Amino acid sequence: MSLTADLRGRAAALGQTLPPLLAAADHLAQAVILGDHGRRRAGMGDEFWQYRQAHSGDSARMIDWRRSALSDTHFVREREWQAAQSVSLWVDPSASMRFSGDKSRPPKADRAQLLALALAVLLLRGGERVGLLGAETPPRSGRAQAERLALALTAESAEDYGRPETAGVPPHGRVVLISDFLGDLAGVEAALAAATDRGARGVILQVLDPAEEDFPFDGRTIFESMSGALRHETLRASDLRGRYLVRLAERKARLADLARASGWHMLTHHSAAPPQPALLWLYRALEAAL
Amino acid sequence: MFMLGPLGFTAPLVLLGLIALPVLWLLLRAVPPAPIRRRFPGVALLLGLRDEEAEADKTPLWLLLLRAAAIGAAILAFAGPVLNPQPVEPASDLPLLVLMDGTWADAADWPRRVERAQVLVEAAGRAGRTVALARLSDRPELPLFQSADAVAARLAGMQPHPFGPVDLAGWAALLQQAGAVETVWYSDGLDWPGRAVLQATLLDAGRLRVFEAPRPLLALRPVRFQDGAVQIVALRLPAAGEQAVEVSARGLDPSGIDRELARATLTFASGATEAETALELPPELRNRLTRFEISGTRSAGAVTLTDDSLKRRKVALIGGGADAEGLLLLSPTHYLRQALQPVADLLEGGLKDVLQANPDVIVLTDVARMTQAESDGLATWAAKGGLLLRFAGPKLAASDIGRGAADPLLPVRLREGGRSLGGAMSWGDPKALAPFGKDSPFFGLPIPPEVTVKAQVLAEPDPDLAARTIAALADGTPLVTRKPIGQGQVVLFHVTANADWSSLPLSGLFVQMMERLAVSTRPGQPEAGDLAGRIFAPERVLDAYGALQDPGSLPGVAGEDLAQAQPGPALLPGLYADEDRRVALNVIRPDTALSPAVWRAGVRQDWQEALQERALKGVFLAGALLLLLADVLAALRVSGRLSGSLAARLCVALLALGLAPEARAQDDGFAIAATTEVRLAHVLSGDRKLDDLADAGLRGIGARLFERTTIEPAEPMAVDIERDELAFFPFLYWPISADAPLPSVAAYQKLNLYLRSGGMILFDTRDAGMVGGTSLEAKRLQLIASGLDIPPIAPIAPDHVLTRTFYLLQDFPGRHDGPIWVEAPPPDAVQAEGMPFRSLNDGVTPVVIGGNDWAAAWAMDDRGIPLYPVGRGSAGERQREISYRFGINLIMHVLTGNYKSDQVHVPALLERLGQ
Repeated sequence: MSLTADLRGRAAALGQTLPPLLAAADHLAQAVILGDHGRRRAGMGDEFWQYRQAHSGDSARMIDWRRSALSDTHFVREREWQAAQSVSLWVDPSASMRFSGDKSRPPKADRAQLLALALAVLLLRGGERVGLLGAETPPRSGRAQAERLALALTAESAEDYGRPETAGVPPHGRVVLISDFLGDLAGVEAALAAATDRGARGVILQVLDPAEEDFPFDGRTIFESMSGALRHETLRASDLRGRYLVRLAERKARLADLARASGWHMLTHHSAAPPQPALLWLYRALEAAL
Repeated sequence: MFMLGPLGFTAPLVLLGLIALPVLWLLLRAVPPAPIRRRFPGVALLLGLRDEEAEADKTPLWLLLLRAAAIGAAILAFAGPVLNPQPVEPASDLPLLVLMDGTWADAADWPRRVERAQVLVEAAGRAGRTVALARLSDRPELPLFQSADAVAARLAGMQPHPFGPVDLAGWAALLQQAGAVETVWYSDGLDWPGRAVLQATLLDAGRLRVFEAPRPLLALRPVRFQDGAVQIVALRLPAAGEQAVEVSARGLDPSGIDRELARATLTFASGATEAETALELPPELRNRLTRFEISGTRSAGAVTLTDDSLKRRKVALIGGGADAEGLLLLSPTHYLRQALQPVADLLEGGLKDVLQANPDVIVLTDVARMTQAESDGLATWAAKGGLLLRFAGPKLAASDIGRGAADPLLPVRLREGGRSLGGAMSWGDPKALAPFGKDSPFFGLPIPPEVTVKAQVLAEPDPDLAARTIAALADGTPLVTRKPIGQGQVVLFHVTANADWSSLPLSGLFVQMMERLAVSTRPGQPEAGDLAGRIFAPERVLDAYGALQDPGSLPGVAGEDLAQAQPGPALLPGLYADEDRRVALNVIRPDTALSPAVWRAGVRQDWQEALQERALKGVFLAGALLLLLADVLAALRVSGRLSGSLAARLCVALLALGLAPEARAQDDGFAIAATTEVRLAHVLSGDRKLDDLADAGLRGIGARLFERTTIEPAEPMAVDIERDELAFFPFLYWPISADAPLPSVAAYQKLNLYLRSGGMILFDTRDAGMVGGTSLEAKRLQLIASGLDIPPIAPIAPDHVLTRTFYLLQDFPGRHDGPIWVEAPPPDAVQAEGMPFRSLNDGVTPVVIGGNDWAAAWAMDDRGIPLYPVGRGSAGERQREISYRFGINLIMHVLTGNYKSDQVHVPALLERLGQ
């Protein structure tokens, strides 16, 4: 009884939160005007690409008679190649993403999920197949996939820091990793290596809270990780600021190096900044990679 | 009680707690501030970082000192610190007698005396002793021993007298019967007669303590006019080092407002008790002086009133002129000139010329013939208040003026020829003077036996001859006759002004008669003889603080008493007036010397010693609390819980709390708000309710103006005359409450500038128009307006431009319907031809004064509904409507000036157009 009630309650809560997330993502995606999303070359597809003169070897049924009738030569009507891409997203579900430095700001996870889902909506609208890394949500196309993604994205994990999944990277697909990347970078390296092995390229988006950029702390303080597993005590927090910032900058540089080495793109996004520019950047970066 | 300098402690044992401070020190140093726990994902990056300084685990030194100071202050507070603790008086169960001198010399620091006495009386009350209170400047009466509360109430209401103790010996005799008492005597420090006796009596009766004020006593002697300057003498006690005092000479300015006309500085040399200076003033100014006072000293002794002795009348002497080549001693004006030269400003010349100078007195000696123009001019001048003094002589006797019918410029008809007595050809002896009658202005003057009359002109018997005779010969023949002409009078001496006909001009009586007739003025203090026989009514009396008061219904005083007596209960110092003379009775007489009271050893106690006891516990506790508050902030700061922005906000909030009253800055915003639109304004009266009413009233009349006229005023503003600029407002509404504060000098200057530069103030006493009158508000208004430069005012004339600036009005009601006063029309205003009104003053009346409570009639709430009832029923509504119309007319008048008065010129303009 209590179990079902609990489940129902959570389901209802989820049902209530999901549409807003999806709606927000939709709304955000509306702000991006889609350009031609063709492959910029002839191939299989519905859209007209170009007329070209018929070569030998072209079968007679390929000739566009209506166009050919206007002139002496035979023309073949080519269509644009419209191959659907598979894009796999990974949004860090770990506890550290649930941090927010200020009551007025949403946790980093909110922003990460919003961006991921908005990107997914955009891509789905472009006909791509979008899924999550890992086995549960393989890339699919269609409007229904957005809802499945939304449901899957809200899953939380109890770990302090996330480690990207390596499973489910589509061959020659695209991978989007969204996290704060404050944990061990070995997992990221491994994931990048695995993805590169499969010919996949992608984007790294680091979402940070402004508090993590500024370190506005002072006085005697015990810092704890979100789960409390890690802790560090200092008597004068302001003294640590300089060294912390150096370490953070090193971390960012390392991530950028990793990305560059494997042909990926990397951006640091702050949860206090508006999401549109980041979404636009994500979309452009993916488009370039596609 | 444990004493530490001027500081005493009621619970000194608590001070031992201070020993605990070092313990606290150690304790606080050992315990670091508690850490904060923070969830922070970036902790992964922090791992392995070491703190650079290890010091922060101890409390910082400054915080430690702060906490120690807070605790220390609290400990001191609970030890009961008392500043200037009163030495505990030896317990006594004798009744306490509190004596106050209550003289003018007390007035300067009277409140402090009362305060000190109050403390003593309360202490006696706590000890269960009975207390009696006596003021030695009263007549002696046996003091009544009462409970302390009753005495304390009487003490608070007690005021000093403007004179010294009357009968100290009587007090001494009376107090001998009082039995054993302990006495506290607040003395004014002056040695009054009988003080030693009283002191001895009180010492016999029990313990005596005398308190004297440490302040030097300043006094001003009556001023004299000598050597063309006003001689001012100031006295002081005790004779200390060099000291300068400012003496201001006050009087009425041309518009009748009492203000300072001159100022002199007197410097006491070191060790001197007197300082003297001479103040030279032009006669015009001097004649206006009413009093001198030492600035900054509130005491009747520091004020000296002036009377006629400073004034010089303008006297024109006009002789018969024919025998101008005669001997000097035979000149008809010689004796007059001798008598008047020192005490009057003499004018000589032709009659036409001196009339231009408008003298107070014109003396005609044996002038019979005058042209019609001259006699008309004289009659007009006399009717306006001039005194025409004529002397007979051969020419007058020979002429036929005043023979048949009464001459307007002679008091009586004259008989032809006159008579001579005691000559070779006459029967009688030269006649002496009869004593002056009761109604005569000369009544009381002693008649020297050597004054005889040999010849005179005779008056024709008439029914009113007796009434017009003010001096007669022993046989009853009139010698001096008098007749009023309008406001002035004509006086005829039936003898010559030289010694031809009588020896009167040779006698001292002649000078006294001149003085009585107000031809001349006294050079100095009056002698008893000068004033004898007349009754002087008090015009203004001084209180002990040197302020002039209305005498109320005080009886008149005989002239002899006035010249002799010291001021006392029956004879208050002040200004006493006869028919046309004024005599000042001052607290300090010309011969008064200030001598210090002499006390036996050990009796007198210093005033300084009697400092007010002051418990400091509250101050210390508040200090401790403040320090603890600071400690809270500091602790937050040290532990990192107080971020910079929060601290800044706290500071701003604290500052705002502290500075809130001064937040109303005189900024440009006020000026811009006041000038971008027409705004009516009201003066802040200090009474919140009244200000709200004025605001609502102005909003109401503003709405009416908006509806009915092209004047569209914005929301009214409140103006603080002390701080705000007034020049922005065309109109100020000033409701007067009974306790309205007086404007400062700077504010008066601003107000006068405002009035001069075309502003208008509507004074509203809200007392139903008893402006001339007696209500508290009206009195307050008189006080406030006395410093304002207000032209002469008069009840509004029915043809004043206010009656027709927008509506045609004859009443100006608010909630009440009383008269209103505006600037008086010029006396020469004439009615324009064909117009129902006169051509009146050019410009706007600077003040409108009334008591009709207009704001209440105009006031409306936000929905436009009147706030206060006016009258009853429809008549009341009609009155409200008229009051709106008055407001509209008034604002129209302010904004358009005399525009409607220009209708006076309409006939002329029409005529011109017609051509």
